[in-house]
Amino acid sequence: MAPEHIGRRTFVKAAGAAVGSAVVLPACASPAPGWRFLTTAEATVVEAIAEQIVPADENAGAREAGVVNYIDRQLTGPFEEHQHTYRRGIAGVQQAADAMFGGRFESLRWAQQTAVLHAMERDEAPGDIWESTSAPSFFELIRDHTMQGFYGSPRHGGNRGFVSFRMIGLDYPRIVGQNRYKMFPGSP
Amino acid sequence: MALRHVNAVVVGAGAGGGIVAKELSEAGLSVVLLERGRWHTYADIDSDELRSQRTPALGNAYGPDDERHRRVAQDHAGEWRVVVPSHWLYNNNAACVGGGTLSYGAMAWRFMPEDFLMRSTYGDVPGSSLEDWPISYDDLEPYYEKAEWEIGVSGDDSQNPFAPPRRRPHPMPPFSYNEEGKLLYDTARRIGLHPFPIPMLRNSVPYAGRPGCINNRTCVGFACPVNAKNGSQNTVIPAALATGNCELRINAVVSEVQIDDRGRATGVTYFDERDRRQTQTADLVVVAASATETARLLLNSRSRLFPNGAGNNNDWVGRNLQGHAYCGAFGLFDEEVYDDVGPGACVAICDYNHHNDGIVGGGLLANEFIRMPYLFTGRRPPGAPTWGRAHKDFQRTYFRRHASVIGPIQEMPIFESRVEVDPVVTDHWGIPVARISGHRHAEDRRGTDFLSARAEEWMRAAGAHTTWRVGQGGGPTASGGQHQSGTCRMGDDPRSSVVNRYGQVHEIDNLFVADGSLHVTNGGFNPALTIMALGFWVADYITREWTGTHFR
Repeated sequence: MAPEHIGRRTFVKAAGAAVGSAVVLPACASPAPGWRFLTTAEATVVEAIAEQIVPADENAGAREAGVVNYIDRQLTGPFEEHQHTYRRGIAGVQQAADAMFGGRFESLRWAQQTAVLHAMERDEAPGDIWESTSAPSFFELIRDHTMQGFYGSPRHGGNRGFVSFRMIGLDYPRIVGQNRYKMFPGSP
Repeated sequence: MALRHVNAVVVGAGAGGGIVAKELSEAGLSVVLLERGRWHTYADIDSDELRSQRTPALGNAYGPDDERHRRVAQDHAGEWRVVVPSHWLYNNNAACVGGGTLSYGAMAWRFMPEDFLMRSTYGDVPGSSLEDWPISYDDLEPYYEKAEWEIGVSGDDSQNPFAPPRRRPHPMPPFSYNEEGKLLYDTARRIGLHPFPIPMLRNSVPYAGRPGCINNRTCVGFACPVNAKNGSQNTVIPAALATGNCELRINAVVSEVQIDDRGRATGVTYFDERDRRQTQTADLVVVAASATETARLLLNSRSRLFPNGAGNNNDWVGRNLQGHAYCGAFGLFDEEVYDDVGPGACVAICDYNHHNDGIVGGGLLANEFIRMPYLFTGRRPPGAPTWGRAHKDFQRTYFRRHASVIGPIQEMPIFESRVEVDPVVTDHWGIPVARISGHRHAEDRRGTDFLSARAEEWMRAAGAHTTWRVGQGGGPTASGGQHQSGTCRMGDDPRSSVVNRYGQVHEIDNLFVADGSLHVTNGGFNPALTIMALGFWVADYITREWTGTHFR
């Protein structure tokens, strides 16, 4: 588990650096190596949205917690039904970012990104994608998934290093199983 | 090859079915206990903050799975939706050996005498099928006692002046209060309420060979990693197997109760773990699959004399589906009130269960089970930010500085709120799925308004600087959930009930129901101990009255 996490973390940083140098990645529908469902470009957007939802302050934010790993992993598992919504929604976020501020979402200033998300929440985001995909529903979906990835168990790919539990002051990992189940008579 | 005929087949290894299986097998009957889920042991415990019966964001840890199970349910807008078990509209409980009792919060409430006499106490409620039970608290009292001692309950009713009479104390001493509990206990005493430790189906001290509780915060919704939480899976079911008279078959999905042309149950048909169709014949059939699935099974059991489903010639099977309307109040404090001593819920009052002005019934109030950090992200005062810096700051500041008091209002039963079987949608095995429809009664809203206000008073008196109310009864969707009940109402009159006072289906005297389906009303309490008491009650009738060929 650990090597995989470190590898992905390094990869995410590299992807961020590429965007920072204004290389616009083409949106393609096949996942890049290291991602299960998201493309590298999509992962960058999801990571930026997640960071808006749980920003870094004196404690780590969604980016450092690896929330995008959580979302990507679940999109090929329990969240499979949301794949289409994510693909359309991320494209819609870019439409809105472009229409409102003339740039890609991940390269906008912090307050501009916040404004795009507020517009989505209020169903006022520009872009024809939002005519067939509900902006408030997509925002609520990614908001909820971000909370899960940040505040849930690290075994699902987020909350790296129990960052949210440290922030809250909960012991980690959970202390369980000092005494294992005794198999009862007749149990398999 | 035909399976060996047995005296009794029991469908469902949860609270009710496990107890019936144990009682019948101890009485010398040969029993097959069928469970559609698995038997979980520590090695395959698979629950965490996102995957539990409490928070199925990534699925239910203790079943049923999202791949093979479906229901059809009516949403807020009245639209029919096909939903999987992790969707809230499914109204899931669990599917495993132990049923809900493997992972429940384990509150061990006895209903109060008035809970069996709702119509006599409160009169007719227009729009509701509110009725008295055919049995009284006194009838059930010895069986509550049996459940408390055989399954194992920690508690001390002597501190609760509203507790119903009992002959014998709880077998284990009560749990002590955590920090939040101490604050709420002291406050309640100060303002004239009557707080006491919540009775729990959980070991405060080692009991019956199982260890005492280690106070995990991950308790409600989770299986206990040290086996200190008592359910049918670690008490009556092992006892049933130890008799040598009971065989437990897991991954067995029952599709139909077989009813012959003379109107007698002859056994059940089920699909085994390899999806092979099997028929288990028996002298007696006991259905204990929980309110939704029991109704579905009876409705799917069509025969010559019961073309609309077993015991359904008067169209009462599946009716009166009910649960609980949870409500209460949250409070924020300047000081920390959290000490990470699980499961959290520890102090309660029954001051408001009955005889409140202007409402029908009422409910207990208790501090809530510990909210995992993800669940807490949704607990905010009205209008508070739901994301961003302020949301995170709230999470950091108040996780250890908040408390909540909540309780269940017993919902008014509604004839039109019901379980049917869907004419089109089937599950993995091709069995027509349960279809849930209906609404909740406006009286429920009055009840929750009342109880939430009392919870908020308690929270304010405890020193909360900010309080807000949560949960509201009534509404456009049917109820159910983990406290689902009512769909095979017990009654003396076959025209207005499904089973008699012993859980015996009217007109099919060798077919019984033994789960929350029997409840005429659902009490202002968590229902597990009542379901267990009813399991002993039904089994006692069978073992006393069954001669081997017929009932006395």
